[in-house]
Amino acid sequence: MDPDTDIGGPLHKFPVTNQSAIVGARSDDQVVRRRAFDTILAGYWKPAYKYIRLKWQADNEDAKDLTQGFFANAFEKNHFAAYDAGKASFQTFLRTCLDGFVSNERKAGRRLKRGGDMDHYQLDFASAEDELASHASSTLSPEEYFHREWVRWMFTLAVDALRRRCDESGRAVHFQLFERYDLNDDNVSYASLAAEFGLEQATVNNYLAAARRDFRRIVLEKLREITATDEEFRTEARSLLGVDVK
Amino acid sequence: MKWLSDDRLNHLRSIVGNPDFSSTKYRFVKELGSGGMGTVYLAEDTELDRLVAIKVLNTPEVTDDLRNRMIREAQIIARLEHPGIVPVHDVGTLPDGRIYYAMKFVRGSRLDEYAAQGVSLRDRLRKFQAVCDAVAFAHAHGVIHRDLKPQNIMIGSFGEVLVLDWGIAKVRPRMNTDEHRSEINPCSSVSIRGNTSHGTVIGTRDYMAPEQARGEIDQLDERADVYSLGAVLDFLLKDQPKVGKAANAIRLKAMAREKESRYVSASELSADIGRLLDAEPVTAYRENALEKVGRWVSKNRFLVLLVLAYLLMRIIFIFTSRP
Repeated sequence: MDPDTDIGGPLHKFPVTNQSAIVGARSDDQVVRRRAFDTILAGYWKPAYKYIRLKWQADNEDAKDLTQGFFANAFEKNHFAAYDAGKASFQTFLRTCLDGFVSNERKAGRRLKRGGDMDHYQLDFASAEDELASHASSTLSPEEYFHREWVRWMFTLAVDALRRRCDESGRAVHFQLFERYDLNDDNVSYASLAAEFGLEQATVNNYLAAARRDFRRIVLEKLREITATDEEFRTEARSLLGVDVK
Repeated sequence: MKWLSDDRLNHLRSIVGNPDFSSTKYRFVKELGSGGMGTVYLAEDTELDRLVAIKVLNTPEVTDDLRNRMIREAQIIARLEHPGIVPVHDVGTLPDGRIYYAMKFVRGSRLDEYAAQGVSLRDRLRKFQAVCDAVAFAHAHGVIHRDLKPQNIMIGSFGEVLVLDWGIAKVRPRMNTDEHRSEINPCSSVSIRGNTSHGTVIGTRDYMAPEQARGEIDQLDERADVYSLGAVLDFLLKDQPKVGKAANAIRLKAMAREKESRYVSASELSADIGRLLDAEPVTAYRENALEKVGRWVSKNRFLVLLVLAYLLMRIIFIFTSRP
């Protein structure tokens, strides 16, 4: 098939299932804006922290303050509302803003102190530090590193959401199978899982397929939340998943 | 939260990005390409131990309309049993509800890649004639391709020609025989993509008939494909040093702006290409007497050389035998 085939009509549209937080960040309604900001914060704080540690060679305390400061400043001054989807992806925009913020802070010789008059977010920096320690060396450029960590964080959040959904819907076994087969590094077979869980192999097949289907849906929902337009959504889906999502 | 290694990350990407074939007899190998409606993957048929190409709907949000279109596309291609049209082996539903159909995996080159290999004009015309024949077969079954272009034509490893991507094909009601009537949907004249509304532009600009580019969906018939075939011929001829007036006339007739001036069918176009290859007069070009002689000489080169050699020998004999 050739991608340049021009198909008219609405078929390119992927159904909008979630409100975009990027769009919400432009809202005049403070509540909507706060909710949108929380979504952006949840989706980006960890890649941002690791990026500051790697690119800006900040120590962990400095990186924590800069991460907190960056997001607090962005919310206070409504920086994310200035995002133009026609110019770059939101991810690139946020990284550029982050670079600008850290650069300015360094030039000004400031050291942000937590607990001041700025917002303070409860972020699990300890886990980010543990992860950094386990894969500190990298041949990637800082930009590639930021992207990869963003992808990792997106999938981590999706896994967490899948776990919650499975627990809430009484399908804990679905998630346990998914965890054993798709998340753990040890090699297990459908047959060994069937024996371990006391299930038919066909049932393992079905449960895993259902869990993967839900996982895919969650990933796309999260992606939809942090992209502004259909085009950006598709571009990020290509970048995140390696496939076209129409 | 669980830490995901790079290896697990790549695994999850493949799970999310690639279709889940776990409930089928196919095993995912890699993505081959993506189009307007679906993505084609290379997969292994684990029962028959062979590679197949599987087209899967792009969107995970499957509506009945989309599902029906995809099944319809598979049915249309399956109906077109011809060596020049990729056969469909199987159709089914993935665990996420997306429709897929498995077809022959064609090894070879696309026509544009094939032409770039410095193929002779004669070989190009032979391949083009095979394309015309496949399209003529589809027309005889009431199917108009609507997106013919070099990128949708494959030349297989053994020189076989296959027309691909019938994703925007249109089925027309046929009235010629009872057999045909029984095969078609009486309310058809629909696109695989559903009832494409008038004014919608579908296809690829460089290869699209003017009426198709104007979105005159209701006016499209087999001659829209004839125009696209003409554009494919134009592509095949454009870098050839010596095309000839007859070949050029065929190209121009196929690509006439008014569809009434084009070949009525792909089989007529194929027949003219056949005549050109056999050095016979083509319907698209009226020769003058000199050109007729030139073509006759070209066609009967061996005979002409034989006669000339004989005459030369006679002349030599006459001169050398004089006292």
